Amino acid sequence: MLVKLRHSNRLVLILLLLGGGLVALLLLASAFGAVTIPLPDILKMALNKVAVFDFPFTWRAVDETIIFQIRLPRVVGGALVGAALATAGVLFQGLLRNPMADPYIIGTSAGAALGATIAMTLPINLAFLGFGLVPVAAFIGALATVILVYNLARVGGKTPIISMLLAGFVVSALLAAVMAFMISMSNRFDLNLHSVYSFLMGHISITSWGQIAIIAPLVIGGIIGARFFAFHLNAFSLGEEGAAYVGIEVERDKILILALGSLLTAAAVSISGLVGFVGLVVPHAVRLSLGPDHRFLLPASALAGAAFLVIADLLARTLLAPVEIPVGVITAIVGAPVFIYLLRHARREYAF
Amino acid sequence: MVSLQVRQVYFSYFDGLVLHNINLSIKAGEMVGLIGPNGSGKTTLIKLASGILKPNQGEIRLDGSRLTQLSRKSIACSVAVVPQHFHIPFAFTASEVVALGRIPFLKPFAEESEVDKQFVSSALELVGISELKERRFDELSGGERQKVILAMALAQQPKLLLLDEPIVHLDIAHQVEILELVRSLNVEWGLTVIAAMHDLNLAALYFDRLVLLKEGRVSADGVPAQVLTEARIREVFSASVRVEPHPITGVPHIVIMPRASNIKQ
Repeated sequence: MLVKLRHSNRLVLILLLLGGGLVALLLLASAFGAVTIPLPDILKMALNKVAVFDFPFTWRAVDETIIFQIRLPRVVGGALVGAALATAGVLFQGLLRNPMADPYIIGTSAGAALGATIAMTLPINLAFLGFGLVPVAAFIGALATVILVYNLARVGGKTPIISMLLAGFVVSALLAAVMAFMISMSNRFDLNLHSVYSFLMGHISITSWGQIAIIAPLVIGGIIGARFFAFHLNAFSLGEEGAAYVGIEVERDKILILALGSLLTAAAVSISGLVGFVGLVVPHAVRLSLGPDHRFLLPASALAGAAFLVIADLLARTLLAPVEIPVGVITAIVGAPVFIYLLRHARREYAF
Repeated sequence: MVSLQVRQVYFSYFDGLVLHNINLSIKAGEMVGLIGPNGSGKTTLIKLASGILKPNQGEIRLDGSRLTQLSRKSIACSVAVVPQHFHIPFAFTASEVVALGRIPFLKPFAEESEVDKQFVSSALELVGISELKERRFDELSGGERQKVILAMALAQQPKLLLLDEPIVHLDIAHQVEILELVRSLNVEWGLTVIAAMHDLNLAALYFDRLVLLKEGRVSADGVPAQVLTEARIREVFSASVRVEPHPITGVPHIVIMPRASNIKQ
């Protein structure tokens, strides 16, 4: 049946399946935790919530609170982080024409990490729209670093990609050194090393719908914005000159794509710390199975990234419960073998 | 069909002047070859004509409008460029690459229309590579790849085609095939063509008008017989040659003369 569909229809069908699968996965992932709540109950609760159905209560009231106030925000938060990182990965790989690029390549990770570390040393306890100081500082650190890198790389009205990669590398190294200094002086700075490591290894720190209400519009808006640039990204695979030849305003669109990618990354980092591998492995996996056309690559990567991180986070919080494994450890352990398998067996492998 | 006027154009990169007071008037439907030694400014002139470089002084007009005032999109709707080669890092198929030529005509979020698809398949057909369309671009030979790039340029439905040494990496069969095709598009569609060319004999064979550049200045401009004289080639290229009429067409044919000590029996 799949074979009979036209190529683009087949891809749309895959997107619908991915979307449906993600919704199912969100509910499934909510079932597991300190108490396991049966999936049929969760389904009924969810259907009652959308007010189309009226199933009788066969579950404890506390279960409903656990699902809707504790687990779903976290699971949805994980999905947003995964979607944001995978989309940012596609943007950076496409713009930089570099299959090794990930969302952190131009310094967002180092900037976010330093921002978060500084925030952890500050004795103030501010809350901003439901967020503590650490996520806000991480967000600002990530964006400030990208702006710095972009301006350092700018020569004579242009921002050559190679100088951006170099500037990103150097600035990251500098910020990492400052952070290493702070860690080595942790006593002096009154720095809790456990929180620093937890940030560096990744941890979905969503505790309320209020945080989702801030992050979700950023991430979903960012993904829609990214999809707007699908043709531009296809054109960028010809290189900057080639893109200009097919009508792309290269310097302007480069800034916009970088800004979108950085915003998505900063949003993700602010609620999860540094979760590695999602932004690298998911775009590759999707490109290898669906092809490099960004019109499908972008939405499919967003959905697949969300699903990947929901599963990783589920494993992170259940495998050794009540101890929580950093989610970045899971994404690397699961992601690396998947990546290797894909590279060796894919139908449309890479042109190096 | 569009015309191109280059008026008193000066251009320099960071170090030193590359083009010096260039004046050219190229009429709609002309087929012009840019020739000259390495570093004489051929590629730079092509890039200026495509609008991706901007003159330091002077102006370039496309059908009367200043190139610097046109958007990339509106330039791309009438001007297509074929560079020496493209490296494409992702595994696009040949027809996906050709479809990139339709980007100037597409709106964001829109699908390619039937018209766009028609232009893509007729471009593939015109270049004679319909059978390659499902093949991956990076697995094609150099000659096939260059044909795909040419098809992409033609899918843009250009009125002016700029080619930057389009055949320099190709074998003689592919060189002739591509030039024959470009020539027939020029004759049949009235496509205006400007091409930087290394091979003087092929330039003489396929182009009506040659512009010879030397150190960033126009050293000669005219029909091949006027431009390709023994004295001028000796002066501009510092090469010792003999120019004879082509046995069939009568255009200048350049015979390279080795040094006496290197002449083999």
